[in-house]
Amino acid sequence: MRSVDPGKSFISWRDAARRMLADHVPPEEILWEAERGLFPAVVTNGTPPEKLKVPAAFVDLAQNVSCHNDPSRWALLYQILWRIVRNGEKHLVSIASDPDVSQALLFARAVRKEIHKMHAFVRFRLIDADETGRERYAAWFEPDHHVIEAGAPFFKKRFSNMDWSIFSPKSCAHWDGEHLTFTPGIPHDPTKSHDELEAAWRTYYRSIFNPARLKVKMMKQEMPVRYWKNLPEADLIHELISGSNNRVAGMLAEEPRPVKPRPKNAYLDKLRALSAEEAD
Amino acid sequence: MELQSKLAILADAAKYDASCASSGAVKVNSLDGKGVGSTGGMGICHSYAPDGRCISLLKVLLTNLCIYDCHYCINRRSSNVRRAAFTAEEVVKLTLDFYKRNYIEGLFLSSGIIRNADHTMEMVIDVARTLREAYDFRGYIHLKTIPEASPGLIEIAARYADRISINLELPTQKSLDVLAPEKSIVRTRHAMGRIRNRLDEAHDRRKNGDKKLRHATGQSTQVIVGADESTDADFLARSDDLYGNFKLRRVYYSAFSPIPEPSSILPVKPPPLVREHRLYQADWLMRFYGFKTSEILTPETPNLDLELDPKLAWALRNRQDFPVDVQTASREALLRVPGLGGTSVQRILQIRRHTRIRQADLLRLRISLAKIQPFLKTADHNPSAYLLDSDRLRARFLPKPKQLELFAK
Ligand code: SF4
Repeated sequence: MRSVDPGKSFISWRDAARRMLADHVPPEEILWEAERGLFPAVVTNGTPPEKLKVPAAFVDLAQNVSCHNDPSRWALLYQILWRIVRNGEKHLVSIASDPDVSQALLFARAVRKEIHKMHAFVRFRLIDADETGRERYAAWFEPDHHVIEAGAPFFKKRFSNMDWSIFSPKSCAHWDGEHLTFTPGIPHDPTKSHDELEAAWRTYYRSIFNPARLKVKMMKQEMPVRYWKNLPEADLIHELISGSNNRVAGMLAEEPRPVKPRPKNAYLDKLRALSAEEAD
Repeated sequence: MELQSKLAILADAAKYDASCASSGAVKVNSLDGKGVGSTGGMGICHSYAPDGRCISLLKVLLTNLCIYDCHYCINRRSSNVRRAAFTAEEVVKLTLDFYKRNYIEGLFLSSGIIRNADHTMEMVIDVARTLREAYDFRGYIHLKTIPEASPGLIEIAARYADRISINLELPTQKSLDVLAPEKSIVRTRHAMGRIRNRLDEAHDRRKNGDKKLRHATGQSTQVIVGADESTDADFLARSDDLYGNFKLRRVYYSAFSPIPEPSSILPVKPPPLVREHRLYQADWLMRFYGFKTSEILTPETPNLDLELDPKLAWALRNRQDFPVDVQTASREALLRVPGLGGTSVQRILQIRRHTRIRQADLLRLRISLAKIQPFLKTADHNPSAYLLDSDRLRARFLPKPKQLELFAK
């Protein structure tokens, strides 16, 4: 048994995995762990082995899986890699029903979903602007998985003309107009600022809700409760739900409004003439 | 009026429009520009309201003043709702402010009809033009257009927008005559036809080299369900017409919803929301699963079964086509198995080249066995004739009866 440090990213794990593979170390011989455990850590700075050819589909899958929070992901990836390279199971990744692959797909799906939710639920707050008018924004986001690096390029493309930082416990991303950089995660939101626009956004959220179609389960499925604490609109949810019954009852009890007579209007006359022609 | 009050009124006025898509736009970003925004690929829902609906765009009316009298609509001229109007500059600023905070994908702008169609259209276009030209806004824009507006104006709208739409609202002219007397199916279809031509041209120009051409890529519409006597067959026939003739991206079905200003000529009671859901499912089957309208509904049953999803209902009516063998069946046949979606079918086609598929494999593909077992044959499971022939099959899929209450209230 040996202990191998996978590092923090797909790249560091890949380099370690390539060495293990070159030495023909089978999956059951490796303990993937960051700190030195019971077994002597392996020195992984020898000459790197020649590059291995693996299917592109594996690389795609592994990149996503490596962002997952589950510590077993590194062993799972090595197991799949071993089967592809050493057992000759070239098509393994396309067999979604294989126990290892289906587990990896599950991890990858959770990661892709969280990247998507990061794009959706990051809420920037305006911090200040410099003398040229270039604005600086900051956001606090708490993902379950290590998605900040994978999720950040989207914001660079969308908000390239403003400076922004996304702070999170996992890691932090910063854009200054030229470089996208990453710094280690921090435990708390460093800005604690408020943004004036949040009031307008909350007004919008309140007004766009239709009380006659309450579907709370659906909302929670798409916007899991764990994200709510960083969404400025989410503390309205309770009040909107609890008020909806009364609002609907009120609408149903309203006296129907009579039809007002057609106003004198040349345009409406024209429409009427057109419709008459069409009916012929 | 204060901006927040206007926002409250004009968002409330727009909330009955079900469309929320922000996908399918031309791929652009702001790296080489001076403004903000990107589009392309999948749209993003930035929030969800407790009604389960995605909030992806700032969806507002420019004004809720309207000279039309559509009876299902809170903004009709007969309604006493409070009226408000944004200036173009106000909508532009709200859009940019929300966008930069990552609240939204862009703007969905509609308007009550003021004065006439062209005047209204010009005001709507003005907002989009300012966003695009003065602020280099590269986010998503959906503009609602008016069939009676002159074709030149609709063409301009399509140049600034990523999607444009005209709401048909009701599937037959007979219903429109009663509930939306200013609207005409003939005029709407004409306008949709012209829009389709513009969209096709833009598509060709992009294909022939003008890759970055910013132009709407699709049109959509909405119909209101449960405000008139139209059957589901009427709705699906109309959708078939619109998808086939005008290549609409989406038809949105919106269950008629009670409004604070009810009209005297409308049903008081809203239809069950599940009817809307079934229509979406049927629509989906038509667009992605190769079903014909005539397979989903028959002249004898012009309405969808509210208790079963339409694919399952179809399978129960067509038991002779089952069971289907997971190992050998065609893609088309697999897509028709209740409980198998597009992704599952894709995966099955891939893995069956390498393995004999068993029940445990399906479980690991996260397919619900309970639903497919009667219809799908695997290496270790052959649905018994009993199951397929028995009328109990339907009973098996019906929603569980509600527990009886012990005491009458
Ligand atoms: S045209 Fe009809 S649906 Fe549109 S705002 Fe006016 S009354 Fe409402």
